Amino acid sequence: MRFVAGSGKIGDRIFSNLAVGAAITILALLGGVAAFLLIQAMPAVSASPSELPGGKSLIDYIAPLAFGTVLAATIAVVLAVPLAVAVALFISHIAPRKLLLPLGYMVDLLAAVPSIVYGLWGIFVLGPAAVGPMEWLEQKLGFIPFFEGPASVTGRTMLVAGLVLTVMILPIVSAVAREVFSQTPRKLQEGALALGATRWEMIRMTVLPFGKSSIISGAMLGLGRALGETMAVTIILSVSGIVTFNLISQANPSTIAANIALDFPESTGLAINTLIASGLVLFAITLVTNLAARAIVARQNIQ
Amino acid sequence: MSTLDGGVLPDWSSYGVVAASGVLAAALLLAAGIFSVALLLVLTVFVTAVVTYTWSRRIEGPRRAKDRLVTLMIVAAFGLALIPLLSLVFEVAKRGIPGLSLEFLTESARGHIGGGGAAHALVGTLVITGAAALISIPVGLMAAIYLTEYGGGRLGRALTFFVDVMTGIPSIVAGLFAYALFALIFGPGIRLGVMGSVALSVLMIPIVIRTSEEVLKIVPNHLREASYALGTPKWRTIVKVVLPTAFAGLITGMMIAVARIIGETAPLLVTTGVVDSINSNPFSGRMQNLAVYAYSEYRTPGVFKQASYDRAWAAALTLIVIVMVLNLVARLIYRRYRTEIR
Amino acid sequence: MGAAGATRAETELGKAEMNAATTGTQSPESVAAAQGRPAKTLETRSVNLYYGDFQAVENVSMTVEPNKVTALIGSSGCGKTTFLRSLNRMHELTAGASVDGEITLDGQDIYGSRVDPVQVRRLVGMVFQSPNPFPTMSVYDNVAAGLNLNAGRVKKSEKDEIVERSLRGAHLWNEVKDRLDKPGSSLSGGQQQRLCIARAIAVEPEVLLMDEPCSALDPVATLAIEDLIGELKSKFTIAIVTHNMQQASRASDITAFFNLEETGKPGRLVEIGATEKIFTSPAQQATEDYVSGRFG
Repeated sequence: MRFVAGSGKIGDRIFSNLAVGAAITILALLGGVAAFLLIQAMPAVSASPSELPGGKSLIDYIAPLAFGTVLAATIAVVLAVPLAVAVALFISHIAPRKLLLPLGYMVDLLAAVPSIVYGLWGIFVLGPAAVGPMEWLEQKLGFIPFFEGPASVTGRTMLVAGLVLTVMILPIVSAVAREVFSQTPRKLQEGALALGATRWEMIRMTVLPFGKSSIISGAMLGLGRALGETMAVTIILSVSGIVTFNLISQANPSTIAANIALDFPESTGLAINTLIASGLVLFAITLVTNLAARAIVARQNIQ
Repeated sequence: MSTLDGGVLPDWSSYGVVAASGVLAAALLLAAGIFSVALLLVLTVFVTAVVTYTWSRRIEGPRRAKDRLVTLMIVAAFGLALIPLLSLVFEVAKRGIPGLSLEFLTESARGHIGGGGAAHALVGTLVITGAAALISIPVGLMAAIYLTEYGGGRLGRALTFFVDVMTGIPSIVAGLFAYALFALIFGPGIRLGVMGSVALSVLMIPIVIRTSEEVLKIVPNHLREASYALGTPKWRTIVKVVLPTAFAGLITGMMIAVARIIGETAPLLVTTGVVDSINSNPFSGRMQNLAVYAYSEYRTPGVFKQASYDRAWAAALTLIVIVMVLNLVARLIYRRYRTEIR
Repeated sequence: MGAAGATRAETELGKAEMNAATTGTQSPESVAAAQGRPAKTLETRSVNLYYGDFQAVENVSMTVEPNKVTALIGSSGCGKTTFLRSLNRMHELTAGASVDGEITLDGQDIYGSRVDPVQVRRLVGMVFQSPNPFPTMSVYDNVAAGLNLNAGRVKKSEKDEIVERSLRGAHLWNEVKDRLDKPGSSLSGGQQQRLCIARAIAVEPEVLLMDEPCSALDPVATLAIEDLIGELKSKFTIAIVTHNMQQASRASDITAFFNLEETGKPGRLVEIGATEKIFTSPAQQATEDYVSGRFG
C-alpha cells in the first residue's frame, strides 16, 4: 500500500459524510412518517361526523377499533407470556444441552412464518378445530361474559384470533426470556443448589428473579407486535363492529389494522383520511408500548 | 442422626408413568366412546401429573414432588408450543401441494377466468423485495457503520433511539406512510410497485441496522488499531478491514431482513394493490407479491372456489419454503464463512 | 423450643427418613449449645473423577476429620476444587462429569442409588470463591434462604433467631443488624462473603466446604474470615481449598497436598497429615518442593 499523502483525508471526508448522511436520512424518514401521516390525517380530524364513514365522529369511529385491538392483543399476551417462559425454561434448563440449538431454532421458526400464512391457518384449520371446545366453553362456563356465546360455527371469533396472535408472539417473548435465562450467573445457580435446593427451587430463587425485567420487556415487545398485527386478524375475524367481551361469538369488534386492510383498497376521499387517522392512533399505541419496554430494560441496567 | 437414605424414585419412573398414563387415558376414552387425539394427550398429561406427584410425595417428600410436577408442566408446555408449528407445517404442505403446478409457477392470472397461476406474483415479489433491499441495505449499512465507527454524540444517540422506535412500527402503518408520501406528490389513488418497496424499506432498515451493528461491534478494536498503525486512513480501514471481517454476519443480517419482509402483505395492500398481469416495472402501475396474491385468492376467489383456495395455499407454501430457505442459508453462511477471531 | 425444633427437624428430613432414623434427630439448639460436639466425618476411598473421558483426579483416599479444618493445597489445575466439589455432589452438575469410588458421610455412601443429591447438599454446605449472595433478596432473606426451602412453616420468631445466630456466627451481625432488609448485594466484598458463610451455616450442615473463600477479598477481610473459620470448626467439619500456603498453615489443622505429575495427567493426593508436619518436615519430596516454594 503506497503512502499517498492526502488521499486519506478526502476519502475519509466523503465516507464519513456518507455515514452521517445515512443516519440523518433515517431520522428524516421517521420524522417523515409522523409528519406525512399527520398531514393526511388532518382532514379527518377537522371534518364533521356526517362526512365521515359511518356518520359518527372520529372518536366514535376509532374507539371500538381501539378496543378490539387491545382486546385481541391482551388475550395474546396473557396466554403467550407464561407459555413463553415455560418454553424458555425448558430450552435453557431442562432439555439436554445438545438439543439447545435445534430446539431454539424450532421455536424461532414460528417467528419466520408470514402473517398471511397464519391467517389462512387460523381460518381453515384452527377455527374449525376450535368450534367444539368453544361450544363446550359456552355450555360449562357461559356465565362468564367472555364465553357468553352463542358459539360461532365457523370459528371466526376473537378467541381464535387471539390464539393465533399468541402463537405469533410466542417466539418473540420466548427468545428474550431464553436469552436472559441462559445468562443467569453460574455462581448464583450453584449457590442455590449448594444450599440443598431442588432444580425448580433453584430456578425460582435465582433464574426467574434475575430475568424478571427482561421477561416484562419481552412481554411488551410481544404486545407491541400483537397490537400491530394485521393479516391474521383480517382474515380470521368475522366483524360486526360491536364492542363486546364475548370471545366466542360471530359478532366481533374489528381491530384498527384489520379495518384499514379491509377498507383501504376500496376507499376514496375522506374515508382514506379517516383510516390514516386511525393508523396514527395505532402508531401512538405501539409507540408507547415499545417505549415502556425500553424504559423497563433501562431501569434494570441501572440497578 | 440424619440419614441420607430417604428414598428416591427409580430411574425408569418418569417414562414408565407417562406410558402407563397414556394407556390408562386411552382406555378411559375408548370406554367413553370418544376418539380425540387432543383429549388423549390432555388426559395423559393430567394422569401423569397426578400419579407422579402423589407417588413422589410419598417416597421422596413434598419438595421433590413439586420439582417433578413443575418439570412435567414445563415439558408439557413445550410440547404445547410445538403443536402449532407442526400443525402449520403439515397443513400448509397438505393443502398447498395440490395447488402447485407448472401452470402455477409460469402463468399469470391475466385472461384466465378462475384459473391461471402466480407467475405475476412471483415476479412482483422479486421486484418489490429487490427494490426494497436496494434502498434499505446501503442506507442501513452506512447508518450501522456510522453508529459503530463514528459513534456516539447526539446524532448517534438519537439514531439508536429512533431505530428502536422503528422496529416497533406496525407494518400497515409503514404502508400508510408510503401511501401518504406518494399521495402528496402524485395525488391520491396512486398505486405503484415502488411505493411498496418504500413501505417495506421502513420495516427493513431497522433490521439491517440492528444486525449490522451487532456484527460490526464484534470486530475487535485491535484489528482497527493495527490498520491505523500502518498509516491507513479511517475509511479504508473500514472498507478493507472491518467490513470483510464482519462480512458473513452482514450477509446473514441482510438475508434475515429480506426473509422478514418478503412475506409482508398489509403494507402492500395499501400501496401496490392487486393486479392480474405480470408487471416488472416498479414505476408503472400496480404490482403484487406472493403474500398479497394468497390473500386475494382467498378473499375474492374466482368461479372455481376450491381452485382459488388451492392457489392461495400453494402461494402460502411457496412463501414458507422461501422464508425458511432464506433463514437456513443465512445461518449456514454465517457458520461456514465467518472469520474466526482468536 | 424443643417441640418446635423437633417439628422442623421432622419436616426437614421427610417422613421416610423419620421412619429410618431410630436414634432420632438432635434438636438444633442442643447442637448449637454444645461446644466441640462430635461433628461428622467425611471419608473418601479410591475416588476417581472424570470430565467425560478426561480423568481429572486419581485415586484419592483421605478422611476429612470432624471438628478440624482440613486444607487442600497444591498448584493450579491439580484437581483440588474438582475433588472438593465431589464431596457435596456438585461435580456431577457439569455435563459429562462422573465419579468413581466411594465417598461416605458418617459411614453413609453419599452416592448411593437411593440417595437424593439435594439431601446431600443440605448436609454438606459450600462457600464459593467469589461471594454470591442472591441479589434480589435482602440480607435477612439471604441468610434465611436455605431455611425457607424446607417445607413446613418456620415461625417468624424462630427464623429471626436463627438469622441472628447465623449472622453472629459469621461475625457479621453488628455490621448489618440495622440493614437486614437491604439487598444482599449492597454489602462490601468481605461482608458479602461472610453473608454467604452465614447463609451456609444457617441450615446447620454437617460439613462445610470452602473453595478458596478469600481469593476475591482484601487482606483485612481475609484475616477476618480466617479467624471465623477457626471458630467455626468447633461446630462443623471444615475442608478448605486454598492457593495461599500461608493461609493453610495459619488456619488449618490438617493439610492435604495435591499434585500433577505433568499436565494432562490426573491430579493425585500426594501427602496428608498434620499441618505443622507437612510444612516443616513433609515425607514426600514433591511436598517439600511445593511448600518451600520451589514450584507452584
